[in-house]
Amino acid sequence: MIPIEHYLILSALLFCIGVVAIITKKNVIVVLMGIELILNAANINLVAFSQYDHVQIQGQVLTLFVIVVAAAEAAVALAIILRVYAHYQSVNIDEIKDLKG
Amino acid sequence: MSLIEILFYVFAGLAVISASLILITKNVLYAAFALIVTFLCVAAIYVFAGAEFIAVTQIMVYVGGILVLMIFGVMLTHKLTGKDVVTLSHNRFVGYLLGIVLFGILFFNIININAGTIKWISESQATSTQSSDVNNLGISLMSDYILPFEIAGILLLVALIGAALIAGTGKKI
Repeated sequence: MIPIEHYLILSALLFCIGVVAIITKKNVIVVLMGIELILNAANINLVAFSQYDHVQIQGQVLTLFVIVVAAAEAAVALAIILRVYAHYQSVNIDEIKDLKG
Repeated sequence: MSLIEILFYVFAGLAVISASLILITKNVLYAAFALIVTFLCVAAIYVFAGAEFIAVTQIMVYVGGILVLMIFGVMLTHKLTGKDVVTLSHNRFVGYLLGIVLFGILFFNIININAGTIKWISESQATSTQSSDVNNLGISLMSDYILPFEIAGILLLVALIGAALIAGTGKKI
């Protein structure tokens, strides 16, 4: 059986890569990819701890809900990105700086 | 080292390598395809943790849904001129420094927790049966978690309508 620390280290690595992608990238879609990476890192933690709990697998249930919310978030965020692109003709987050359209 | 452990480390390494490809590459489409590889490897990790149903859901929702949506987003927000779709970077130094420091803190704490000494983990390792969890998952989704399950369905419906309304042409709103 693989020790749980290895799952946690993998999840920490993916989380840090996601954070760095959010901070350093200028394209809005790549920033969204960073958010998805962070959600996946959290899911790995939940699933790794839930393997010690065979009766009420709360970790797996919570992971399912996280996946559902991530799907809804991605759909709404991409719709917003399409509107922003129609207004600014750009998805560079440095050029999107007016609050009131 | 058994075959399962070797496969686990292969998939974990592949996930980390393809995730860091997102940071390295400038091409947005390459980043999207690297993200596909990362999600597939994470699904494999779920299988090693005994969560087969979550792995299948991950492949269906992330690889089949979210990634296709993102590639559509890339196509719709860039003029297709035959040139590569690139993304620029900013805050490089601060970002990488923050990432490395954050990972250092997490790593230091993870190797110090000694998960084998926690009571419920060591007890479960002693009585591990390795039965299929899909049965239990379905039963608990339909009994204990029936209300969150229905609310998740309503959330998906609301997100679907909202996304269609926001991204529409907006003539009749």
